[in-house]
Amino acid sequence: MSQETLEYHWGKHHRGYVDNLNKQIIGTELDEMPLEDIIITTYNKGDILPPFNNAAQIWNHDFFWESMKPGGGGKPFGELLQLIERDFGSFEKFVEEFRSAASTQFGSGWAWLAYKANRLDVGNAENPRPSDEDKKLVVVKSPNAVNPLVWDYSPLLTIDVWEHAYYLDFQIRRPDYISIFMEKLVSWEAVSSRLEIAKAQATEREEEEKRKQGEKEVGNSDNEAVKMYVDSKSDDSEAE
Amino acid sequence: MAIRPLLSRTLGLTQTLTHSHSHSHTLTQLRGLQTFSLPDLSYDYGALEPAISGEIMQLHHQKHHQAYITNYNKALEQLEDALAKGDSSSVVKLQSAIKFNGGGHINHSVFWKNLTPVSEGGGEPPHGSLGWAIDTNFGSMEALVQKISAEGAALQGSGWVWLGLDKVSKKLVVDTTANQDPLVTKGANLVPLLGIDVWEHAYYLQYKNVRPDYLKNIWKVINWKYASHVYEKECP
Repeated sequence: MSQETLEYHWGKHHRGYVDNLNKQIIGTELDEMPLEDIIITTYNKGDILPPFNNAAQIWNHDFFWESMKPGGGGKPFGELLQLIERDFGSFEKFVEEFRSAASTQFGSGWAWLAYKANRLDVGNAENPRPSDEDKKLVVVKSPNAVNPLVWDYSPLLTIDVWEHAYYLDFQIRRPDYISIFMEKLVSWEAVSSRLEIAKAQATEREEEEKRKQGEKEVGNSDNEAVKMYVDSKSDDSEAE
Repeated sequence: MAIRPLLSRTLGLTQTLTHSHSHSHTLTQLRGLQTFSLPDLSYDYGALEPAISGEIMQLHHQKHHQAYITNYNKALEQLEDALAKGDSSSVVKLQSAIKFNGGGHINHSVFWKNLTPVSEGGGEPPHGSLGWAIDTNFGSMEALVQKISAEGAALQGSGWVWLGLDKVSKKLVVDTTANQDPLVTKGANLVPLLGIDVWEHAYYLQYKNVRPDYLKNIWKVINWKYASHVYEKECP
């Protein structure tokens, strides 16, 4: 990835998103919010509000720079590699799927490796205990500024496939850009540490939900006890 | 135009010959799939400079447009195959490839005609009925140019900005489409008079992130004669 590309991509495009978002949110309630909250709020369940594009693109580009390092590439290690092999069959099959997503994202967008922690909401039924296999790695692609945060996934790795990301260096040859990214730029350390955080968050959430579920049940049995007192007339008449 | 290599292509169709014909009639019985090919530009790649660089014109025409055509032809072949087999799942799956690549071919074919060198009248405003219609619909040529440039600059991601004619109401409209969606996806009666490609590949090597400058300069090579010609055909 050439210096010229970085100068424009980071210095002009990314910076532009920052400047524009600041202008858009000044004096609004969005101004107080953390970036991720701005993104979710302005995504507005798909009915996108104007600040979304700038906010999400800021986040996406931060995430993209940190997904790379000089002298990157190679293979992942440790638990990340294990999960990749579990969920894709092999590292090579993961790479295949990631490259495919990146090259078939039509128009502008991004390809992602994300950690998806299934949160099964089954309404009135008791939540089944989620097994580890429900928490899995997935490859997804997204158009323009959309990112997996809006789907409640935890992004682990991304590649920018807007034309501005590769046009100076590769022109139309997006597949070559994707290859170089995988072979020379990916920071598997960054991906690994993001995975750790994602897993910890998923566990925390699970425990939070279990706690809430427990509280609800206690609340229900309290209500039943109150009902009993109200229905019984014997105490009242004795008091009088 | 395209030479149709019927003989060299295998057409996976079953022939149902209801009459007996000699072999010399066989080719006319077969439904040939129309293949598409890259239309020539009526000007040299460098002829639009300095508004649009020769480097961009060559890449845009020979690589990008060609790729859409290649992939469109491939998708159509696969569609023909799926239709013949009654493979509905494949027919449906192919729709997005046809839309992307067919749309890319349609849009770029219009685009090359929307451009012309200054020496051939590029940038010269339309006279006649289109000029009058622009004043009526938008107030002035300047207002129209402003509107198109603003909408083109504001478009998020990849797409096109259009001046279109609603051939039923005879009204002029400015609209945008995403990715390679042709103008007709915004209204079945819309005919494109003028389209400007705002995908980054259309300007990046020259203008980098400054799309507004590309939109400012492209007006110098816009071929209003073609737009007038299309307009007059629909509004005689």
